[in-house]
Formats: sequence, structure tokens, C-alpha cells
Amino acid sequence: MWRFLIPGVVFAVLVGFFVIGLQRDPSNVPSPLLGKPAPAFALNKVEVPTMQVSSGDYAGRKHLVNVWATWCVECRREHEMLLSIARENVVPIVGLDWKDDLSSAQQWLKQLGDPYVATAFDVEGRVAIDFGVYGAPETFLVDEHGTIICKHTGALNNDIWRRVLKPVILNQAPDKSLMGVNTTCAS
Amino acid sequence: MRPVLIAFILSLSMLRAWAVDSAPAFEDPALQARYEALTHQLRCLVCQNETIADSGATLAADLRRELREQLAAGKSDQDVLKFMTDRYGDFVLYKPPFEKRTVLLWLGPGLLLLIGIGIAIRIIVQRAKLAQTATDDNEEGEAA
Repeated sequence: MWRFLIPGVVFAVLVGFFVIGLQRDPSNVPSPLLGKPAPAFALNKVEVPTMQVSSGDYAGRKHLVNVWATWCVECRREHEMLLSIARENVVPIVGLDWKDDLSSAQQWLKQLGDPYVATAFDVEGRVAIDFGVYGAPETFLVDEHGTIICKHTGALNNDIWRRVLKPVILNQAPDKSLMGVNTTCAS
Repeated sequence: MRPVLIAFILSLSMLRAWAVDSAPAFEDPALQARYEALTHQLRCLVCQNETIADSGATLAADLRRELREQLAAGKSDQDVLKFMTDRYGDFVLYKPPFEKRTVLLWLGPGLLLLIGIGIAIRIIVQRAKLAQTATDDNEEGEAA
């Protein structure tokens, strides 16, 4: 009799694999940079292209690095959230303008508001490669020692900010239930 | 009909001409061969089912540029692959490394094949036995 159960069991196992596998987001690639030192950079500043922004400018304090571009639709959606984070004055946001056009980027900041303490202009995309960026927007939380402690892919939202990033910045416990999809933090 | 078919097949050979880089990256054929081999081993993370050799995405172009520069600077294949996995993780490799996490991925197909062969052998042996008893029965029948 038991042999008739085998196809049923095999089928159930397959269904199990599909239920788990198909619900995963294939665009969400785990970053090997969590817990590693944030890459060093020195680039021209979007706001004042004759000046430079470098990774050393914010060493010794927690800061967010937000990768954006004017060609990125999600970034426009995210921008309001970044402005409200900036208004809270909890953490400086450093922008990384990825493979963009300088005048469009300047106009973007003028029109939509500038949430960044400074925006680095990565026209060649080299710093983005160092950060392992494969889409925009992406946001990294760098700690006092220059270590990447959290990464979020996709637009930031209120939940991620209030329940994950902000608690981590303030040395409080983040809401673990929100982690693992697009948001990962080094343990 | 036949000329049309030949024309069609010949036109397929032109597909190579649509490869992403218009000119070879290196004049040195050995370097060019290494460059091509590496571009076929690395995944374009924007369009995940393409290698950076095939992809027209800007990120793939940037990664090819990185590859060209590093090879030109005399870096080894291992150095280049390490540079990529340090930033993008093992997922950037089309051929994942063999480790604890990927054991099932590497050995799964072989395991399934062995199970299949095992089942097939059992069925064949059983059938042979059945046929044997059937002929035995017949022979006994004839003898009686």
C-alpha cells in the first residue's frame, strides 16, 4: 500500500519547495559588505562641483549613504522620505549620485529639496561598484568605526526608518520582523 | 526553398556581430581570451539571467570596464573574481563555489540520478522475476 503514497509525498515536497522558493525575491541579493569597512571614496560634490566629498568627512559618526540618480523612478518616490529623515536631525545622509548627469542632479536637488549633507557625484560608477550597488535606490548605514552595519535595497519607507534604521542608530533594538526581505543588518 | 534555408542559416551566423563590445578589448589574444572567459563567468546583477558578456545594462558595461582595467594591470583571474565576490557576493558567479550551503545544488542531480537508476534496476529485476515465474509456470504446465 505504502508505494502508492510515494508520488503524493514527492508532490508535497515539491509544492513545499515552490511555496518557499517562489515567494523569495530574486532581485534581493545578500550583500557581502555587511560588517565590512565601507569603501573609501573622494568625489566631486554635486552641489558645488569644485569641492570634494570624501568618505573621511563623516568618519567617527554614524551616517547613511544613499545611492540615487535622476533616472531612477523609485528614487523620486523615496525622496520625500529622505527629506523627512533629514528634518529629524538624527543622522546625516550622504548622497551618492550614480551615473548621472550633473545639471539634472543639481536641478533635482533644487526642485525637490536637498536632504543630503553632501552628494558625491559618481559619474563613472566606480564607487558604486565598490559598494556592490546593482540598483538604485540603495541605502547603507555606516557606524562610527566606518563599518557597514545595515543595507536597504529599494525605496526607504516609514516602517524601515522608524522600526529598523533609527533604532539601530540610537543603539536600540530594531524590529527583527522587518529584516531579511530588502533590509539586512549585521548581527 | 533550399536557398531560403541557407540564407536563413547564414543570417544566424551574423548574431555574433551583435555582441555587446564592438571592438575586442585587447590586442593580445591571450588577454582577450581571458577577458572573454571571465565575462562569461560573471552575472549581470541587474538582469540576472545574463552574463556581463551578453548584457547591455550600464552596470554590466561598468563591470566589463573594471575587468579590462584589472587584466591590463596584470591582475590574475583569481584576483578579478575575488574583487567581484567581495562586492557582490557569490551570486555574481555563474558557477557557485562548492561549500556547505551549496552541497544540495551540486550533488542533488547526481543523487536524483542514482535514485532513478536504483528504482529502474528494482523494476527490471522484478519484471524479470515475474517473467521467470510465468515461464516456470508454463513449463510446469506443459510438463504436467
